[in-house]
Amino acid sequence: MSDQHALQEYLLRLADSAMILGQRLSELVGKAPALEEELASTNVALDLIGQARNWYEYAAELLDDGRDADQLVFLRDAHEYRNLLLVEQPNEDYAFTIARQFFYDVWHYHTLTRLVDASDDRIAGIAAKAVKEATYHLRRSSEWVRRMGDGTDESHRRIQDAFDVLWRFTGELVTADDIDQAMFKAGIGPDPEQLKQDWHNTVREVATQATLTTGAEDAWMYLGGKRGEHTEHLGHILAVMQFLPRAYPDATTW
Amino acid sequence: MYAQLVETGSKRLKTLEEMSPEEREFQQKIDAETKIEAKNWMPDGYRKTLIRQISQHAHSEIVGMLPEGNWVTRAPTLKRKLQLMAKIQDEAGHGLYLYSAMETLGADRDEEVQKLHDGKAKYSSIFNYPTLNWADMGAVGWLVDGAAIVNQVVLQRTSYGPYSRAMVRICKEESFHQRQGYQILLDMMREGTQAQKDMVQDAINRLWWPALMMFGPHDDESPNSQQSMAWKIKRKSNDELRQMFIDQTVPQLEFLGCTAPDPDLKWNEERGHYDFGEIDWKEFYDVLKGNGPCNRERLATRKKAIDEGAWVREAAVAYAKKQQQRAVA
Amino acid sequence: MSEWRLYEVFVRSKHGLNHKHVGSVHAADNEMAMENARELYTRRSEGVSIWVVPSETITASAADEKEVLFDPSDDKVYRHASFYELPDEVGHM
Repeated sequence: MSDQHALQEYLLRLADSAMILGQRLSELVGKAPALEEELASTNVALDLIGQARNWYEYAAELLDDGRDADQLVFLRDAHEYRNLLLVEQPNEDYAFTIARQFFYDVWHYHTLTRLVDASDDRIAGIAAKAVKEATYHLRRSSEWVRRMGDGTDESHRRIQDAFDVLWRFTGELVTADDIDQAMFKAGIGPDPEQLKQDWHNTVREVATQATLTTGAEDAWMYLGGKRGEHTEHLGHILAVMQFLPRAYPDATTW
Repeated sequence: MYAQLVETGSKRLKTLEEMSPEEREFQQKIDAETKIEAKNWMPDGYRKTLIRQISQHAHSEIVGMLPEGNWVTRAPTLKRKLQLMAKIQDEAGHGLYLYSAMETLGADRDEEVQKLHDGKAKYSSIFNYPTLNWADMGAVGWLVDGAAIVNQVVLQRTSYGPYSRAMVRICKEESFHQRQGYQILLDMMREGTQAQKDMVQDAINRLWWPALMMFGPHDDESPNSQQSMAWKIKRKSNDELRQMFIDQTVPQLEFLGCTAPDPDLKWNEERGHYDFGEIDWKEFYDVLKGNGPCNRERLATRKKAIDEGAWVREAAVAYAKKQQQRAVA
Repeated sequence: MSEWRLYEVFVRSKHGLNHKHVGSVHAADNEMAMENARELYTRRSEGVSIWVVPSETITASAADEKEVLFDPSDDKVYRHASFYELPDEVGHM
């Protein structure tokens, strides 16, 4: 595996995860549990899709096969997507939305704080802007986890349920494969061991404050998103998201 | 408009002589263009009319997120997706600015929203029409936001201070909405395939008349307008605003290379305005009464969001209380 | 009754200016009020600093007290710079 290939794959992972989570959040437009939350959750979605665009543009340059950012988003099939399985999970209730966001934000924050010092200037530049946004996202989702966990009996039950159900997708965030290792060695990605520790520490700290329990670190984990093996949900997300460019392949402008 | 039929409780204007001293002083202030502020004395009818108008306006912004929300997951490019999301987010924001202005009058937002969900409060008829193809995102921005802007620009001078200031803020932010919509249509008409051009014309055909209905009934069918104008809550009549909108929109329509579904639409040299055909008022009142294509779905979606979100909002309150108790202990 | 409290929002639009009242938000606690205010009133980077204050804690002057509170200073023209006429040669002061 060449470094170039690893870098392209790594960029697609960053891009696809932000994109698919942004897409999931966009499903909630007009349907948030409070009017104030409409703005907040749309802001997160805007940040994520904006970041995804930056990663895609860089990936497109490296791939250099004539595809631009839009074509990467709208014309790749599910097996070509490299996002984390976690982010393609459905919104269910707002506890799932928040739990999914929180697990991702912790990973995102700790990853970006490393990427700002990446040996690749382009990555460092994109990360420097993104980390500010991710810091705010993490603060917000942590607060909601605490509110739900230490709120009412019902909210506690719902968020605990979401933690339990989504836990099996969290291993993928901190299980390093060849690409992650290669990125670490290249002075770009985070130290996999450190990332794993940081992720668990932050999650446990907030969960404790929220009176929630987390699953075991060695629990069975569902992996595969990063190499293109997804849950059934992704195909449906893409069917909706890619509808127009697929239905009107001759259209070159929108 | 976003508030199409606002009951004022008064079909006939009082003369200055018929007014109480307080009312007279109030009316003189209005006539002198002095803004009314929350703590000033105001006639009960003025307060109630404002609450009705501002809440209708706010409800329209919130329900108005849904027709565009229908396409946000299917926006065809990253740029269009970001633009559309930002626009819809602005609409939520504008709804909140307006509710905030309404609350200065002593009304409670949650109660007013409940009235909407119970079918007791109105919102603009336009949002009860479906968005059926991507060009609708362009046509909504161009025609619907365009119609709204005509009204809102005038409302910046409305007599109630908090409402006027909310309108100033909204107008400032909204200038990009209409341009964004028009650009979607223009790009498709200039560089699109035949299928895309057909989409654009189809969207205009469906949304043209509903956009004109946004301005409400004819002036002589609008019994509450007179009082609203005297209080300077409204600053221009429905027909005046509609004519302004048509006059500015037709040249844009021609520039697109599209047509309006109105055979009577033509320039009248003598009047210096465009003439246009008669609106189907039966359809207008039907939609207002709840019989538009999407009335049920729009309300059901909003009600579901707020009802199913109840536990989330309660959790936040319960948590805040616990935190407060801990701080005291 | 509102489920969440009403907070008034004040935004400092740039360094060196006063905070200015811009509107209100609903929130369950102070932190949420701050975040909601940020999301609502600074979407276009309109601010460098935000205050949020529970609306019920604000004491406002009543409109009918206007004469008592504000009219007396109307005749204190000496508080305004334009009261002091200086020769043109002094220049801008």
